[in-house]
Amino acid sequence: MDTGELLALYEQMVLIRRTEKAAHDLFLQGLVKGTTHLAAGHEAIAVGASAALRDDDYVFATYRGHHHAMARGATPEECLAELMSRATGLCGAKGGSMHLTKAATNMLGSYAIVGAHLPMAVGAAWSAKLRGTGQLAVAFFGDGATNIGAFHEALNLAAVWKLPVLFVCENNLYMEYTPIADVTAVPRPAADRAPAYGIPGEVVDGNDVVSVQETVARLARRARAGDGPALLEAETYRHFGHSRTDPATYRPAEEVERWLKHDPLDIARGRLVEAGVPEERVAEADERARTVVQEAVEAAKNAPPPDPREAFTDVWADGGAAWRT
Amino acid sequence: MADVISYREAVAEGIAREMRRDPSVVCLGEDIGAAGGVFKTTAGLHKEFGSERVWDTPISEQAIVGAAMGAAMTGMRPVAEIMFSDFLACCWDYLANEIPKVRYMTGGQVTVPLVVRTANGGGLGFGAQHSQATENWALTVPGLKIAAPATPADVIGMMAAAIRSDDPVVFFEHKGLLATKGAPPPPDHVVELGRAAVVREGADVTLVALASMVPVALTASERLAEDGIGVEVVDLRSLVPLDTATVLASLGRTSRLVTVEENPYQGGWGATLVSVVADEGFGLLDAPVRRVAGECVPLPFADVLEEQVIPTVDKVVAAVRNLAAY
Ligand SMILES: Cc1ncc(C[n+]2csc(CCOP(=O)(O)OP(=O)(O)O)c2C)c(N)n1
Repeated sequence: MDTGELLALYEQMVLIRRTEKAAHDLFLQGLVKGTTHLAAGHEAIAVGASAALRDDDYVFATYRGHHHAMARGATPEECLAELMSRATGLCGAKGGSMHLTKAATNMLGSYAIVGAHLPMAVGAAWSAKLRGTGQLAVAFFGDGATNIGAFHEALNLAAVWKLPVLFVCENNLYMEYTPIADVTAVPRPAADRAPAYGIPGEVVDGNDVVSVQETVARLARRARAGDGPALLEAETYRHFGHSRTDPATYRPAEEVERWLKHDPLDIARGRLVEAGVPEERVAEADERARTVVQEAVEAAKNAPPPDPREAFTDVWADGGAAWRT
Repeated sequence: MADVISYREAVAEGIAREMRRDPSVVCLGEDIGAAGGVFKTTAGLHKEFGSERVWDTPISEQAIVGAAMGAAMTGMRPVAEIMFSDFLACCWDYLANEIPKVRYMTGGQVTVPLVVRTANGGGLGFGAQHSQATENWALTVPGLKIAAPATPADVIGMMAAAIRSDDPVVFFEHKGLLATKGAPPPPDHVVELGRAAVVREGADVTLVALASMVPVALTASERLAEDGIGVEVVDLRSLVPLDTATVLASLGRTSRLVTVEENPYQGGWGATLVSVVADEGFGLLDAPVRRVAGECVPLPFADVLEEQVIPTVDKVVAAVRNLAAY
């Protein structure tokens, strides 16, 4: 990867980190309702994988999906406005944090029923194959999702049909509050299961954007060539608790410390410096991201709330919600 | 024991009382152990009863409910937690096809005494996949009992009845009520399923509510009292068995009926109730029946939108006022 590209990926990760931090602060100020599942710490997976995809590839994410939406073209302003229940939000304030979706860029949604979107990605890949478009579908999900039936059904189906789909597990060691290791019979909840479905199962450092990009690019080439799906387990860590109400006190201090030292932004910054990119260039990227997010927060704060009548639009294809004549 | 208990604490207390009483009572579900459940409704159980009896499972709803079924068929009394009622859909085969049919299909040879507990309903801005009031899903399935308490004392009393029941019970705990408080009930408090409660007396209109709609109905009644309209509020407490006798008796006093439900109008339990009244209590009525219900849209995220969808005190007041004037 050339340094220009790496710098761009770095900036994107900073943008996501700052947006997540803003979401957290806005939450504490009472401006974000419901709940949020922040992805701070997971940035390299979304950004690295997206860098390896075509613009028209399909992406499916979970309730922890801010980073995927942004890596696939949603702006910080659209995302923050959605979280803050503004009319200008990505989903018109109907979806909220857990359902960020940007269909215009084939980011086909964030789903809050664990595992539900894996079969959807299989369907999207099947459709791409039928239409002969060469598109790929990618499902991002957590380690916890590997124990739900839909995961196993999706993997098998994708494998028997040799579909162009990548299953990318963000293994952050925990389902909500329970260590994944306590409730899973194999040490690698995703990769270890791949052989049972006859597909490659790989492990990557999910905090190193370059490794993620390279690995996804390789698996994507393979899938596009007709060799079928793959399962990638990206090891990472969430900086915050599971959701806004969780202080994550169940995590051992040494573990937290070890992982915070293995921060995806630091790793990318280290690579940039090593490649001879001057510190000012990196600082400029930091500054640009800071400004974009600051402006996004202001714009979202100033945006109007949705029209209450919007509660009754979009159920049906005619735009409305009428269930009787 | 403290002089007040929250609805949230009442869930754990209700389960604990039964676990102390009966060693065959066991719990299973996601994050219910040391973490105490995402809503802290199982707090303390793991500490008191250990991981043998309080089983932390992976995210595997089919396995949770399927395993609860197997345990129930073989001598245990499992209490399974499905974290949000929306996720009941993930294990719907067990709830709709397996559990409720076994006693019948086997001619009474095999029984499934289990409880599936779940956090139900909206009002917290959790978006479309974490906010539905789904009690009607279960209402369509012959063979399931349905509990939906509105107060901490009822949570404890109905939990006892549900766990002791030889039939499968789906137990809906309302997310919007978890922080509410009430007097703790005495030891061995049992509220039989199928017994509605008249929680406010009034002579003009009967208002029938369930779970989170009970406080809405009570607040509306206070407002209506200022207009001189006497509202009798009936908390149904369970949908199966459905206490139609209490509703009909109340109509004998008021002759006017309004139901208020959080779920959408079509297929809502209110429809079943008013059809029973039309069938068996038509002569008691002096006016048409009215149903206040949720709108038929997925629950939107923003507060201003959610308020449009879930029944509010204002909507209930308007419906009752309108009917009282009929
Ligand atoms: C079917 C279903 N069961 C349970 C939940 C509740 N829940 C939401 S997130 C979560 C943990 C998911 O952990 P993991 O898949 O590792 O993803 P992470 O949150 O770590 O990104 C659970 C149990 C859900 N949303 N859907």
